[in-house]
Amino acid sequence: MKVCITSKGDSPESVPENRFGRTPFFVVYNDETGEVIEAINNSSANDASGVGPKVVQMLVSKGVNVVVTGQVGGNAGKGLEIAGVPTYAFGGAKTVAEAYAAYKAGTLTRIV
Amino acid sequence: MNIVVASGKGGTGKTMVAVNLAWALSQSQEIHLIDCDAEEPNVHLFYPGVKDEEPVTVKVPEVDSEKCTLCGACGEFCRYGAISVLTESVMFQANLCHSCGGCMLSCPVDAITEVPRRVGMITQSQPSPTLTVISGILDEGEIAAPAVIKAAKEAGEWDGVSVLDGPPGTACPVIETMEGADVCILVTESTPSGLADLRRAAHLAKAFGIPSGVVINRSDGDDGPTLAFCAEEGLPIFLTIPFDREIAAIQNRGAILCSEKEEWTEAFAKLYEDTIAIAGGKL
Repeated sequence: MKVCITSKGDSPESVPENRFGRTPFFVVYNDETGEVIEAINNSSANDASGVGPKVVQMLVSKGVNVVVTGQVGGNAGKGLEIAGVPTYAFGGAKTVAEAYAAYKAGTLTRIV
Repeated sequence: MNIVVASGKGGTGKTMVAVNLAWALSQSQEIHLIDCDAEEPNVHLFYPGVKDEEPVTVKVPEVDSEKCTLCGACGEFCRYGAISVLTESVMFQANLCHSCGGCMLSCPVDAITEVPRRVGMITQSQPSPTLTVISGILDEGEIAAPAVIKAAKEAGEWDGVSVLDGPPGTACPVIETMEGADVCILVTESTPSGLADLRRAAHLAKAFGIPSGVVINRSDGDDGPTLAFCAEEGLPIFLTIPFDREIAAIQNRGAILCSEKEEWTEAFAKLYEDTIAIAGGKL
Protein backbone atom coordinates (compact mmCIF):
# COMPACT_ATOMS: atom_id res chain seq x y z
CA MET A 1 0.00 0.00 0.00
CA LYS A 2 1.20 3.51 -0.84
CA VAL A 3 0.85 6.31 1.72
CA CYS A 4 1.51 9.81 0.43
CA ILE A 5 2.29 12.84 2.60
CA THR A 6 2.15 16.45 1.41
CA SER A 7 5.54 18.06 2.03
CA LYS A 8 7.42 21.33 1.63
CA GLY A 9 10.51 19.35 0.58
CA ASP A 10 11.45 16.04 -1.00
CA SER A 11 12.68 14.08 2.03
CA PRO A 12 11.27 12.49 5.22
CA GLU A 13 13.04 15.28 7.19
CA SER A 14 11.05 17.98 5.35
CA VAL A 15 8.27 19.98 6.98
CA PRO A 16 4.82 18.63 6.08
CA GLU A 17 2.74 20.95 3.87
CA ASN A 18 -0.67 22.06 5.12
CA ARG A 19 -2.16 22.53 1.64
CA PHE A 20 -3.14 19.47 -0.39
CA GLY A 21 -3.43 20.53 -4.06
CA ARG A 22 -0.75 23.20 -3.95
CA THR A 23 1.84 21.25 -1.99
CA PRO A 24 5.31 21.39 -3.57
CA PHE A 25 5.98 17.65 -3.04
CA PHE A 26 4.28 14.38 -2.19
CA VAL A 27 6.52 12.00 -0.23
CA VAL A 28 5.32 8.45 -0.89
CA TYR A 29 5.92 5.60 1.58
CA ASN A 30 5.61 1.87 1.04
CA ASP A 31 3.37 0.90 3.93
CA GLU A 32 4.72 -2.68 4.08
CA THR A 33 8.43 -1.80 4.34
CA GLY A 34 8.17 1.69 5.84
CA GLU A 35 10.55 3.00 3.15
CA VAL A 36 10.18 6.11 1.04
CA ILE A 37 9.50 5.04 -2.55
CA GLU A 38 9.60 8.44 -4.19
CA ALA A 39 9.06 12.18 -3.77
CA ILE A 40 6.66 13.43 -6.44
CA ASN A 41 7.28 16.99 -7.63
CA ASN A 42 3.79 18.51 -7.89
CA SER A 43 3.59 20.01 -11.38
CA SER A 44 0.07 21.38 -10.74
CA ALA A 45 1.11 23.40 -7.65
CA ASN A 46 1.05 26.76 -9.43
CA ASP A 47 -1.86 26.19 -11.82
CA ALA A 48 -4.59 28.81 -11.90
CA SER A 49 -7.55 26.62 -11.00
CA GLY A 50 -8.91 23.11 -10.57
CA VAL A 51 -5.71 21.98 -8.83
CA GLY A 52 -7.37 19.65 -6.31
CA PRO A 53 -9.10 17.26 -8.75
CA LYS A 54 -6.04 17.23 -11.05
CA VAL A 55 -3.81 16.19 -8.16
CA VAL A 56 -6.26 13.49 -7.10
CA GLN A 57 -6.19 11.99 -10.63
CA MET A 58 -2.38 12.10 -10.64
CA LEU A 59 -2.13 10.33 -7.25
CA VAL A 60 -4.71 7.72 -8.26
CA SER A 61 -2.76 7.03 -11.48
CA LYS A 62 0.34 6.44 -9.34
CA GLY A 63 -1.54 3.93 -7.20
CA VAL A 64 -1.61 5.99 -3.98
CA ASN A 65 -3.97 4.41 -1.41
CA VAL A 66 -3.80 6.83 1.55
CA VAL A 67 -3.21 10.60 1.80
CA VAL A 68 -1.83 12.43 4.85
CA THR A 69 -2.09 16.25 4.60
CA GLY A 70 -3.11 19.40 6.51
CA GLN A 71 -6.49 20.04 4.98
CA VAL A 72 -8.32 19.54 1.69
CA GLY A 73 -10.63 21.84 -0.25
CA GLY A 74 -14.13 20.96 -1.47
CA ASN A 75 -13.27 19.85 -5.02
CA ALA A 76 -10.27 17.80 -3.92
CA GLY A 77 -12.24 16.28 -1.03
CA LYS A 78 -14.97 15.18 -3.41
CA GLY A 79 -12.37 13.56 -5.68
CA LEU A 80 -10.65 11.73 -2.82
CA GLU A 81 -14.00 10.51 -1.56
CA ILE A 82 -15.14 9.19 -4.96
CA ALA A 83 -11.71 7.67 -5.59
CA GLY A 84 -11.95 5.91 -2.21
CA VAL A 85 -8.67 7.32 -0.86
CA PRO A 86 -8.81 7.69 2.94
CA THR A 87 -7.27 11.04 3.94
CA TYR A 88 -5.86 12.00 7.34
CA ALA A 89 -4.73 15.29 8.93
CA PHE A 90 -1.11 15.21 10.19
CA GLY A 91 -1.95 17.45 13.15
CA GLY A 92 1.12 18.51 15.14
CA ALA A 93 3.74 16.48 13.21
CA LYS A 94 6.91 18.55 12.64
CA THR A 95 8.42 16.40 9.88
CA VAL A 96 7.13 14.07 7.17
CA ALA A 97 8.69 11.13 9.03
CA GLU A 98 6.80 12.11 12.22
CA ALA A 99 3.56 12.37 10.23
CA TYR A 100 4.14 8.90 8.79
CA ALA A 101 4.89 7.47 12.25
CA ALA A 102 1.71 9.05 13.63
CA TYR A 103 -0.28 7.55 10.74
CA LYS A 104 1.19 4.12 11.49
CA ALA A 105 0.41 4.56 15.21
CA GLY A 106 -3.22 5.27 14.27
CA THR A 107 -3.35 8.62 16.08
CA LEU A 108 -4.31 10.83 13.11
CA THR A 109 -7.79 12.21 12.51
CA ARG A 110 -9.46 11.08 9.30
CA ILE A 111 -10.77 14.03 7.27
CA VAL A 112 -12.04 12.29 4.10
CA MET B 1 -24.90 49.96 -33.80
CA ASN B 2 -23.86 48.82 -30.33
CA ILE B 3 -23.18 51.46 -27.67
CA VAL B 4 -21.52 49.88 -24.63
CA VAL B 5 -21.75 51.60 -21.24
CA ALA B 6 -18.78 50.51 -19.10
CA SER B 7 -16.88 51.94 -16.15
CA GLY B 8 -14.25 49.77 -14.58
CA LYS B 9 -15.41 50.65 -11.07
CA GLY B 10 -18.77 49.29 -9.95
CA GLY B 11 -21.48 51.61 -8.69
CA THR B 12 -20.54 54.64 -10.79
CA GLY B 13 -23.91 54.75 -12.54
CA LYS B 14 -23.60 52.59 -15.68
CA THR B 15 -27.18 51.42 -15.42
CA MET B 16 -28.43 54.93 -14.69
CA VAL B 17 -26.71 56.23 -17.84
CA ALA B 18 -27.76 53.24 -19.99
CA VAL B 19 -31.40 53.33 -18.89
CA ASN B 20 -31.70 57.09 -19.34
CA LEU B 21 -29.92 57.05 -22.69
CA ALA B 22 -32.22 54.31 -23.97
CA TRP B 23 -35.30 56.05 -22.59
CA ALA B 24 -34.36 59.40 -24.15
CA LEU B 25 -33.70 57.77 -27.53
CA SER B 26 -36.91 55.75 -27.38
CA GLN B 27 -38.84 59.05 -27.48
CA SER B 28 -37.86 59.43 -31.13
CA GLN B 29 -36.71 56.01 -32.39
CA GLU B 30 -36.74 52.28 -31.76
CA ILE B 31 -34.11 51.12 -29.27
CA HIS B 32 -32.85 47.90 -27.73
CA LEU B 33 -31.58 48.13 -24.16
CA ILE B 34 -29.51 45.07 -23.25
CA ASP B 35 -28.41 44.36 -19.67
CA CYS B 36 -25.05 42.61 -20.01
CA ASP B 37 -24.22 42.70 -16.29
CA ALA B 38 -25.30 39.07 -16.01
CA GLU B 39 -23.86 38.59 -12.52
CA GLU B 40 -25.74 41.55 -11.03
CA PRO B 41 -28.36 42.58 -13.59
CA ASN B 42 -30.41 45.59 -12.50
CA VAL B 43 -31.99 47.21 -15.58
CA HIS B 44 -35.14 45.21 -14.77
CA LEU B 45 -35.54 47.26 -11.56
CA PHE B 46 -36.52 50.18 -13.80
CA TYR B 47 -38.83 48.01 -15.89
CA PRO B 48 -40.69 45.60 -13.62
CA GLY B 49 -43.47 43.44 -15.05
CA VAL B 50 -44.00 40.27 -17.01
CA LYS B 51 -41.16 39.10 -19.23
CA ASP B 52 -40.53 36.29 -21.70
CA GLU B 53 -37.84 33.93 -20.41
CA GLU B 54 -35.44 31.78 -22.41
CA PRO B 55 -32.89 29.50 -20.74
CA VAL B 56 -29.18 29.87 -21.59
CA THR B 57 -27.19 26.65 -21.70
CA VAL B 58 -23.54 25.71 -22.09
CA LYS B 59 -22.16 22.40 -23.35
CA VAL B 60 -20.72 20.00 -20.79
CA PRO B 61 -19.33 16.48 -21.20
CA GLU B 62 -21.26 13.32 -20.52
CA VAL B 63 -19.22 10.14 -20.18
CA ASP B 64 -20.51 6.80 -21.43
CA SER B 65 -19.18 4.49 -18.71
CA GLU B 66 -19.70 1.47 -21.00
CA LYS B 67 -17.19 2.84 -23.52
CA CYS B 68 -14.79 4.57 -21.06
CA THR B 69 -11.55 2.69 -20.40
CA LEU B 70 -10.45 5.02 -17.53
CA CYS B 71 -7.33 5.84 -19.57
CA GLY B 72 -7.08 9.32 -18.02
CA ALA B 73 -6.61 11.30 -21.26
CA CYS B 74 -9.55 13.66 -20.62
CA GLY B 75 -8.42 14.47 -17.08
CA GLU B 76 -4.85 15.09 -18.20
CA PHE B 77 -6.10 17.45 -20.91
CA CYS B 78 -8.46 19.47 -18.69
CA ARG B 79 -6.50 22.36 -17.20
CA TYR B 80 -9.48 23.36 -15.06
CA GLY B 81 -9.67 20.06 -13.16
CA ALA B 82 -13.33 19.74 -14.21
CA ILE B 83 -13.03 16.13 -15.33
CA SER B 84 -10.92 13.65 -13.35
CA VAL B 85 -10.37 9.95 -13.91
CA LEU B 86 -10.40 8.19 -10.55
CA THR B 87 -10.04 4.57 -9.45
CA GLU B 88 -13.29 3.25 -10.88
CA SER B 89 -15.10 6.23 -12.31
CA VAL B 90 -14.79 9.58 -14.04
CA MET B 91 -15.71 12.54 -11.85
CA PHE B 92 -17.16 15.64 -13.55
CA GLN B 93 -17.53 18.90 -11.61
CA ALA B 94 -19.72 21.22 -13.66
CA ASN B 95 -18.76 24.33 -11.72
CA LEU B 96 -15.14 24.00 -12.93
CA CYS B 97 -15.96 23.34 -16.61
CA HIS B 98 -15.25 26.03 -19.22
CA SER B 99 -17.11 24.17 -22.01
CA CYS B 100 -14.03 24.01 -24.25
CA GLY B 101 -14.86 20.53 -25.57
CA GLY B 102 -11.24 19.40 -25.15
CA CYS B 103 -12.13 16.31 -23.11
CA MET B 104 -14.37 15.10 -25.93
CA LEU B 105 -11.59 15.62 -28.50
CA SER B 106 -8.94 13.95 -26.33
CA CYS B 107 -10.98 10.78 -25.68
CA PRO B 108 -9.47 7.94 -27.76
CA VAL B 109 -12.62 5.78 -27.62
CA ASP B 110 -15.30 8.46 -28.21
CA ALA B 111 -16.86 7.88 -24.80
CA ILE B 112 -17.63 11.59 -24.29
CA THR B 113 -20.53 13.52 -25.80
CA GLU B 114 -21.66 17.06 -25.04
CA VAL B 115 -24.97 17.80 -23.37
CA PRO B 116 -26.57 21.16 -22.57
CA ARG B 117 -26.55 22.49 -19.01
CA ARG B 118 -28.51 25.57 -17.93
CA VAL B 119 -26.44 28.44 -16.48
CA GLY B 120 -28.84 31.36 -16.73
CA MET B 121 -31.60 32.95 -18.74
CA ILE B 122 -32.50 35.78 -21.07
CA THR B 123 -35.59 37.83 -20.29
CA GLN B 124 -37.26 40.09 -22.81
CA SER B 125 -40.00 42.70 -22.50
CA GLN B 126 -41.35 45.68 -24.37
CA PRO B 127 -42.18 48.44 -21.88
CA SER B 128 -43.08 50.81 -24.73
CA PRO B 129 -43.64 50.31 -28.48
CA THR B 130 -40.19 51.76 -29.21
CA LEU B 131 -38.22 50.16 -26.36
CA THR B 132 -37.22 46.50 -26.10
CA VAL B 133 -35.48 45.50 -22.86
CA ILE B 134 -33.36 42.34 -22.81
CA SER B 135 -31.59 41.08 -19.70
CA GLY B 136 -28.93 38.40 -19.38
CA ILE B 137 -29.27 36.80 -15.95
CA LEU B 138 -26.72 34.30 -14.65
CA ASP B 139 -28.12 31.66 -12.29
CA GLU B 140 -26.93 31.88 -8.68
CA GLY B 141 -23.74 29.93 -8.04
CA GLU B 142 -22.79 29.81 -11.73
CA ILE B 143 -19.62 31.37 -13.14
CA ALA B 144 -20.11 31.38 -16.92
CA ALA B 145 -21.22 35.02 -17.21
CA PRO B 146 -19.75 35.46 -20.72
CA ALA B 147 -22.02 32.69 -22.09
CA VAL B 148 -25.11 34.52 -20.78
CA ILE B 149 -23.82 37.90 -22.02
CA LYS B 150 -23.22 36.45 -25.48
CA ALA B 151 -26.76 35.03 -25.54
CA ALA B 152 -28.21 38.40 -24.43
CA LYS B 153 -26.31 40.19 -27.20
CA GLU B 154 -27.51 37.66 -29.76
CA ALA B 155 -31.11 38.01 -28.54
CA GLY B 156 -30.88 41.79 -28.99
CA GLU B 157 -29.01 41.83 -32.29
CA TRP B 158 -30.66 43.91 -35.00
CA ASP B 159 -29.95 46.66 -37.55
CA GLY B 160 -30.84 49.52 -35.22
CA VAL B 161 -29.26 51.06 -32.13
CA SER B 162 -28.63 48.94 -29.04
CA VAL B 163 -27.49 50.31 -25.67
CA LEU B 164 -25.54 47.67 -23.73
CA ASP B 165 -25.33 48.13 -19.96
CA GLY B 166 -21.96 46.54 -19.18
CA PRO B 167 -20.61 44.73 -16.13
CA PRO B 168 -18.05 46.42 -13.85
CA GLY B 169 -14.36 45.52 -13.96
CA THR B 170 -12.22 44.82 -17.00
CA ALA B 171 -12.26 41.00 -17.00
CA CYS B 172 -13.99 38.39 -19.20
CA PRO B 173 -17.59 39.64 -18.79
CA VAL B 174 -16.62 43.18 -19.89
CA ILE B 175 -14.49 41.83 -22.72
CA GLU B 176 -17.45 39.76 -23.96
CA THR B 177 -19.70 42.85 -23.75
CA MET B 178 -17.23 45.10 -25.61
CA GLU B 179 -16.57 42.60 -28.38
CA GLY B 180 -18.04 43.99 -31.58
CA ALA B 181 -19.07 47.32 -29.99
CA ASP B 182 -19.02 50.44 -32.16
CA VAL B 183 -18.51 52.94 -29.37
CA CYS B 184 -18.06 53.01 -25.62
CA ILE B 185 -19.38 55.38 -22.93
CA LEU B 186 -17.22 55.17 -19.80
CA VAL B 187 -18.97 56.25 -16.62
CA THR B 188 -16.79 57.45 -13.77
CA GLU B 189 -17.21 59.35 -10.51
CA SER B 190 -15.25 61.98 -8.58
CA THR B 191 -13.21 59.55 -6.48
CA PRO B 192 -9.65 58.22 -6.76
CA SER B 193 -10.94 54.67 -7.30
CA GLY B 194 -13.36 55.92 -9.96
CA LEU B 195 -10.39 57.38 -11.82
CA ALA B 196 -8.11 54.38 -11.26
CA ASP B 197 -10.71 52.04 -12.75
CA LEU B 198 -11.62 54.48 -15.54
CA ARG B 199 -7.98 54.22 -16.55
CA ARG B 200 -8.25 50.43 -16.83
CA ALA B 201 -11.57 50.53 -18.70
CA ALA B 202 -10.27 53.19 -21.09
CA HIS B 203 -7.20 51.11 -21.84
CA LEU B 204 -9.35 48.04 -22.47
CA ALA B 205 -11.56 49.94 -24.94
CA LYS B 206 -8.41 51.30 -26.58
CA ALA B 207 -7.00 47.76 -26.91
CA PHE B 208 -10.20 46.81 -28.74
CA GLY B 209 -9.92 49.93 -30.92
CA ILE B 210 -13.32 51.14 -29.75
CA PRO B 211 -13.72 54.94 -29.67
CA SER B 212 -14.72 56.10 -26.18
CA GLY B 213 -16.00 59.11 -24.30
CA VAL B 214 -16.60 59.77 -20.62
CA VAL B 215 -19.58 60.60 -18.41
CA ILE B 216 -18.67 61.93 -14.95
CA ASN B 217 -21.46 60.97 -12.58
CA ARG B 218 -22.10 62.23 -9.03
CA SER B 219 -19.60 64.98 -9.72
CA ASP B 220 -18.61 66.99 -6.65
CA GLY B 221 -17.29 69.71 -8.94
CA ASP B 222 -13.69 68.78 -8.22
CA ASP B 223 -12.83 66.64 -11.25
CA GLY B 224 -9.36 67.97 -12.00
CA PRO B 225 -7.52 64.61 -12.03
CA THR B 226 -10.25 62.99 -14.18
CA LEU B 227 -10.22 65.89 -16.64
CA ALA B 228 -6.42 65.74 -16.82
CA PHE B 229 -6.49 62.00 -17.53
CA CYS B 230 -9.14 62.41 -20.23
CA ALA B 231 -7.17 65.23 -21.87
CA GLU B 232 -4.03 63.11 -21.84
CA GLU B 233 -5.85 60.11 -23.38
CA GLY B 234 -7.85 62.22 -25.83
CA LEU B 235 -11.15 61.09 -24.28
CA PRO B 236 -13.99 63.60 -24.72
CA ILE B 237 -16.14 64.39 -21.67
CA PHE B 238 -19.69 63.85 -22.93
CA LEU B 239 -21.66 64.75 -19.85
CA THR B 240 -21.20 65.69 -16.19
CA ILE B 241 -24.01 64.74 -13.80
CA PRO B 242 -23.84 66.53 -10.43
CA PHE B 243 -23.90 64.85 -7.03
CA ASP B 244 -27.49 65.84 -6.40
CA ARG B 245 -29.98 64.67 -3.77
CA GLU B 246 -32.97 64.98 -6.06
CA ILE B 247 -31.38 62.81 -8.77
CA ALA B 248 -30.50 60.20 -6.12
CA ALA B 249 -34.09 60.23 -4.81
CA ILE B 250 -35.50 59.66 -8.31
CA GLN B 251 -33.09 56.74 -8.84
CA ASN B 252 -33.87 55.27 -5.44
CA ARG B 253 -37.54 54.84 -6.19
CA GLY B 254 -36.75 53.11 -9.48
CA ALA B 255 -37.84 56.03 -11.63
CA ILE B 256 -36.11 57.28 -14.76
CA LEU B 257 -34.52 60.71 -14.43
CA CYS B 258 -35.31 61.73 -18.03
CA SER B 259 -38.98 60.85 -17.68
CA GLU B 260 -39.29 63.20 -14.71
CA LYS B 261 -36.96 66.04 -15.71
CA GLU B 262 -37.22 67.19 -19.28
CA GLU B 263 -33.86 68.96 -19.27
CA TRP B 264 -32.19 65.59 -18.76
CA THR B 265 -33.93 64.13 -21.84
CA GLU B 266 -32.18 66.84 -23.82
CA ALA B 267 -28.88 66.16 -22.07
CA PHE B 268 -29.06 62.43 -22.87
CA ALA B 269 -30.15 63.11 -26.47
CA LYS B 270 -27.03 65.23 -26.78
CA LEU B 271 -24.98 62.45 -25.18
CA TYR B 272 -26.20 60.20 -28.00
CA GLU B 273 -25.27 62.75 -30.68
CA ASP B 274 -21.78 63.15 -29.21
CA THR B 275 -21.43 59.39 -28.94
CA ILE B 276 -22.31 58.63 -32.55
CA ALA B 277 -20.09 61.51 -33.64
CA ILE B 278 -16.97 59.80 -32.24
CA ALA B 279 -18.16 56.44 -33.63
CA GLY B 280 -17.61 58.01 -37.06
CA GLY B 281 -21.33 58.59 -37.52
CA LYS B 282 -21.88 54.87 -38.11
CA LEU B 283 -25.57 54.18 -37.72
